[in-house]
Amino acid sequence: MPDVVEQIRNVCALGALQSVAAIERAIPIIHAGPGCGQKLWSALSSGNGFQGSGYAGGHSVPCSNSTENEIVFGGEERLRETIENSLKVMDGDLFVVLTGCTADIVGDDTGDVVRGFREQGAPIVHVETGGFKGNNYFGQELLWESIIDQFLEPADAVEPGLVNVWSVLPYQDPFWAATLETIGNLLKLIGLKPNLIYGHGQGIKSVRSIPSAQFNLLLNPWLGLKTVQHLERRFGIPFYQYPALPVGATETGRFLRGVAAYAGIDEALVEAAIAREESRYYYYMERAADLFFETRFKPGHFITIADSGFALGLSRFLVNDLGLIPEAQFVTDKVPDQHRERIEAEFQDEVAGIPSPVIFTSDGGAIREVIQGLKFRERPLILGSTWDKVITRELQGYPLSVSLPVSDRLVLNRSYAGYDGGLTLAEDIYTVILNSFQ
Amino acid sequence: MAINTKIAQAPIRELRLDAITGYSGSVHDLAARTAPGCCLSNRERSFAQTSSCSSGCAQTLLSGIVDAAVVNHAPLGCLGDSLYQNIGYHYGQFHRNWPYSNVSMISTNMGESDTVFGGAERLKDGIREAWRRFKPKAIFVTTSCASGIIGDDVQGVIDELKDEIPTPVVPVHCEGFRSRVWATGFDAAFHAILTRIVKPPEQKSKELVNIINFRGSARAYITDLFARVGLKPVFVVPFATVGELERISEAAASLTICGTLGSYLGTALEEEYGVPYVKSTPPHGFAGMDAWLRGLGQAVGKEREIEALIVEEKRAVQDDLAQVRQKLAGATAVIGMGPGFSLSYIRVLEELGIKVLYAASWHYDQHYDHGSQPAITTELATEHQDIPFGIGEQQNFEIANLLKELKPDLYFSRHPGSSVWAAKQGIVTIPVMDEYTAFGYRGLVNFGWRIADALANRRFVNNLAQRVRLPYQQWWFEQNPYHFLSQEEAA
Ligand code: SF4
Repeated sequence: MPDVVEQIRNVCALGALQSVAAIERAIPIIHAGPGCGQKLWSALSSGNGFQGSGYAGGHSVPCSNSTENEIVFGGEERLRETIENSLKVMDGDLFVVLTGCTADIVGDDTGDVVRGFREQGAPIVHVETGGFKGNNYFGQELLWESIIDQFLEPADAVEPGLVNVWSVLPYQDPFWAATLETIGNLLKLIGLKPNLIYGHGQGIKSVRSIPSAQFNLLLNPWLGLKTVQHLERRFGIPFYQYPALPVGATETGRFLRGVAAYAGIDEALVEAAIAREESRYYYYMERAADLFFETRFKPGHFITIADSGFALGLSRFLVNDLGLIPEAQFVTDKVPDQHRERIEAEFQDEVAGIPSPVIFTSDGGAIREVIQGLKFRERPLILGSTWDKVITRELQGYPLSVSLPVSDRLVLNRSYAGYDGGLTLAEDIYTVILNSFQ
Repeated sequence: MAINTKIAQAPIRELRLDAITGYSGSVHDLAARTAPGCCLSNRERSFAQTSSCSSGCAQTLLSGIVDAAVVNHAPLGCLGDSLYQNIGYHYGQFHRNWPYSNVSMISTNMGESDTVFGGAERLKDGIREAWRRFKPKAIFVTTSCASGIIGDDVQGVIDELKDEIPTPVVPVHCEGFRSRVWATGFDAAFHAILTRIVKPPEQKSKELVNIINFRGSARAYITDLFARVGLKPVFVVPFATVGELERISEAAASLTICGTLGSYLGTALEEEYGVPYVKSTPPHGFAGMDAWLRGLGQAVGKEREIEALIVEEKRAVQDDLAQVRQKLAGATAVIGMGPGFSLSYIRVLEELGIKVLYAASWHYDQHYDHGSQPAITTELATEHQDIPFGIGEQQNFEIANLLKELKPDLYFSRHPGSSVWAAKQGIVTIPVMDEYTAFGYRGLVNFGWRIADALANRRFVNNLAQRVRLPYQQWWFEQNPYHFLSQEEAA
């Protein structure tokens, strides 16, 4: 099928501006046409869980709003005055200049303009994220390359136990904020000190302390690999990778054991923590058992349509914890070719040993055509985006929006990660099912 | 002044309507200096926040045509707002009791190599896929900054596919960098519809009236209202079919809910096909609705019936209006909206007894396509006391500065991403998201009660303002709100 996209599930490289917005008191400055900021904010934030403008996002992002003049004569002067005045007007700790298509096609020397301000002491970096260069995952990797190279300084000493967390892509995953808090709490359970970088209570000091971490935790099958490798090269920080976002008891236990073994944490301490958490988890899960086993509305096979790390976590939870049967897994985050085989294998690595076909695509039309070709004997459960509710309804299935765009739900501090996340997901799934007939 | 449907694209508003995005003054000053024959030059900003572009407006209209498809020839990001358009689409379907479907939009997903070698093949793929997947009655190809700068020949690609795709494929020139005025995108969409979809009238209708609007939430009410005088509304462009659009040239008149929106289509239909375009103030509140309905009555020769309707409708809400006016008496407000609403809402709020301290407009068309100044400007200048007025492309930092200085009880805004900032300042904020807010007599009263409720319980904004910080330095609040506007060019 041609490489065109119906029903977008990710955006262009300039989408990295939302990762800047996810860092407390960091301020994106975009050197782009007048519509980029609005479109990307629409897709990543207001159309995706209604995540809001935040501190300096949405329509408050400084922008050169480039027009014909900057295309014909170059936009460097316009950028220079935009930055100069941003530094006067906006109250921030870190400024990140990101470029859009106009600036990068025309070939403005953004780096040169920004360097001038940095040399005068402004906390400012730049990254060339012209939309045609790639998607927002690519933009995310460029962003961190820039922050590492242009802003971070080597640490005086390693802080034992400090772990930088590289995981969900902020705003692309509408649950990112609470998911990061959850991962942080899981790490604390086994005595580690999480450095979450994004979200509440983090900010510039978290960014500055990245080089002093004992190790990087990469909780994703591929996104962020370049970043942790770059940090390894630049500051000698090693990394530990775990591919799936842990959802529910089985997977969270596996994750904790994995990271603890890597960090050399006493096994007994880890097992005690897991036992405590599992006991609480099953206190609640036991309640759900009555409904699961006595309802006439147990879903048939399930489908996930989400970014790879999240899809893996959801799928493993549904198979390993809830005992459901997968039908197809759509991976929508444009996984680079070299990672695909490994990710496919991860999908087969269910504790229950149940295989599931994996389809890499972010084209809604392709997804719809595959689903229309499947045969369901009972109403399927489809964990995807709001786009996918239309086909789910046609199939009389149960839709739950969990991946971009989530425009039929408000997302505040909800997360499906960890022990509580598994319970929350079970609640949400059965809320959809029970709501479908009453 | 006439609209030229022979050219490939609509000229941008800055050129066609002398539209400006930078001004600080007052309504009377604006009216005098933009009177026929005069022209105000734009004041540029040396600092700005991200605004919006014409492709968003074009796609908002086109994505809503129920049996058409949109192919956006761009990298993926430019279709970012399709999510929001899909929400709007569902909202409109909800109001019509239609089953939910998604907007039919495809991104050609341009990449780096396309910017070097050209994106023609991709565009062909996009058009072919749109045809294969949706079998639409028309395909609109929207352009982007990337496709525009590299100079892809959209019409050439379309011509090559002529024998292959048995449906009209229409280019829509809406590159974001061409204009600061996002409403230029409406014109781009209308130009495409006018030149390639609308057919010459076969049989003129005496009862059909085009209503140029967005989501059409007041559809049922208007249909009922018009039925009482023997007329039938046709709501365009969203939620119309291509077949309905083909025949809008046959209507007895065109009305619009917003002069910014309707100018191009309404004027062109009048000039090309003799469909009278009602150029009155928009139907917001009592005075607005009076003018709108009377304009319609005159256009279709039903003055007497319309007068009776006005009397009846007004009588039905008179007591309610008096009550709510009492509740709102003494409240003060600032307005920040597009020009089709901003000026008109000065009058709406005053009809409710609210005192307007300041109005800001996201741009301003010094004249409409039919050649005259917007009717509301003229009327406010003659019948109304002067009010301070500013123009900016939704520059939140300017509004924040104004609000801090003026401390109004209320802020009224229209456009996503603006009202929340006033709420963070502790000001009771009323977003006017639906275009039929304060629509006519009943709408005004309902709107009044909505404001009264918001004023009655200010807890949420108060709580918010105590806890959140605005992203501005103190220095900024010590400056004039229009500090970054360039000096006016000497005449
Ligand atoms: S693709 Fe280019 S023009 Fe479109 S939103 Fe992204 S950076 Fe802006």
